[in-house]
Amino acid sequence: MRIGQVGFGGISKEINLAYVPEAKVGNYVIVHVGFAISILNEEEAHRVFETLHELNAMDNPDLS
Amino acid sequence: MKYVDEYRNSKEAELFANAIRKSTTRPWTLMEICGGQTHSIAKYSLQDLLPETISLLHGPGCPVCVTPINLIDKAVHIAAQPNVIFCSFGDMLRVPGSKENLLTVKSKGGDLRIVYSPLDALKIAQDNPQKEVVFFAIGFETTAPANAMAIYKAKLDDINNISFLVSQVIVPPAIRSILGSSENRVQGFLAAGHVCTVMGYQEYEPISQQYRIPIVVTGFEPLDILQGIYLCVKQLEEGRAEVENQYSRSVRKEGNLSAQKIIQEVFQIVARHWRGIGEIAQSGLGLREAYAQFDAENKFPHEVHSQERSTECISGLVLQGIKKPNECQAFGKSCTPESPLGATMVSTEGACAAYYRYQSV
Repeated sequence: MRIGQVGFGGISKEINLAYVPEAKVGNYVIVHVGFAISILNEEEAHRVFETLHELNAMDNPDLS
Repeated sequence: MKYVDEYRNSKEAELFANAIRKSTTRPWTLMEICGGQTHSIAKYSLQDLLPETISLLHGPGCPVCVTPINLIDKAVHIAAQPNVIFCSFGDMLRVPGSKENLLTVKSKGGDLRIVYSPLDALKIAQDNPQKEVVFFAIGFETTAPANAMAIYKAKLDDINNISFLVSQVIVPPAIRSILGSSENRVQGFLAAGHVCTVMGYQEYEPISQQYRIPIVVTGFEPLDILQGIYLCVKQLEEGRAEVENQYSRSVRKEGNLSAQKIIQEVFQIVARHWRGIGEIAQSGLGLREAYAQFDAENKFPHEVHSQERSTECISGLVLQGIKKPNECQAFGKSCTPESPLGATMVSTEGACAAYYRYQSV
């Protein structure tokens, strides 16, 4: 089984990558009890902020 | 972008809070399923950002809290056996059993080890071939991939001195149970982002349709939760009832298929008893026949007659969202994290522990 070093804000741990076979060095992963269960999708990660900017634009039409 | 701090920005939280206030015209009651979300809500005082008409109920998604008392008693019995090394996540040690908890066994000299992952227990078994190693395999769909893999590996590598005391539960039947109760007040759910990372969210669609209830798959950071609430309220105000995915940076509709495959290989759906709630049909995972040799309940057959101690504790009602932690007489008085009456005060994912830690009473 593939193992990777994953950093958790300063601490580094060996994490099992069996469930994220496509994981590459530099990816952000979600880890549960020693296993990575997903790779964060960077495009989707920005969606929260896009929604916010839309809400902000609705509130302040002059600024948008 | 590091995908953590960005989702904790207070200015942006205020923007979402404004949007929620603007779209709310009536009172709504929502429930967050996962204890991790409850923890965030308490830690960042998110309820204070919301209009008073929106109330958040805290759901049953705390694995330590719902592990039934008879399995705690079995764990205590097994951990006390002379040739056993008992491995568990740290949270389980203080959970009250009928008479004792696992910490008592440790104080009496039992070989009890706190591990981070079930794979650590597997390694302990390989390093101690003369001992019987038992792992307390508790949790929701989030720990199931790890527990399933450890069991699968034990069989594959012929490690026969390890067994698993399994208490795996799954979320969708619990949601149905809450919605089917005559006391139900929940009008919208924030589903647990990491559970859905593993299992996807297709299973939630028939629930949303059948009960006409919005279900928003939601992450754990403050902005995730506020956006989840916003999407849920928007659906309710517009009279929609759909499954939406707020946590799309981690959750795909179909979930993690390779994790589901191993879970399927090792486990089958069984009825499980949820502490404080009762038995829920088809709400858990148990070992398949092909893995029965790794079932600690087979390896250490022992009848236990478990009984909840009679106290003021209302953790069952808290877990079902019927009461809030601070409505309990014992909260912060006779019940604290150091000396808990109920499991919801023990676990870092328990609603009572979250209130105790972050809220002034």
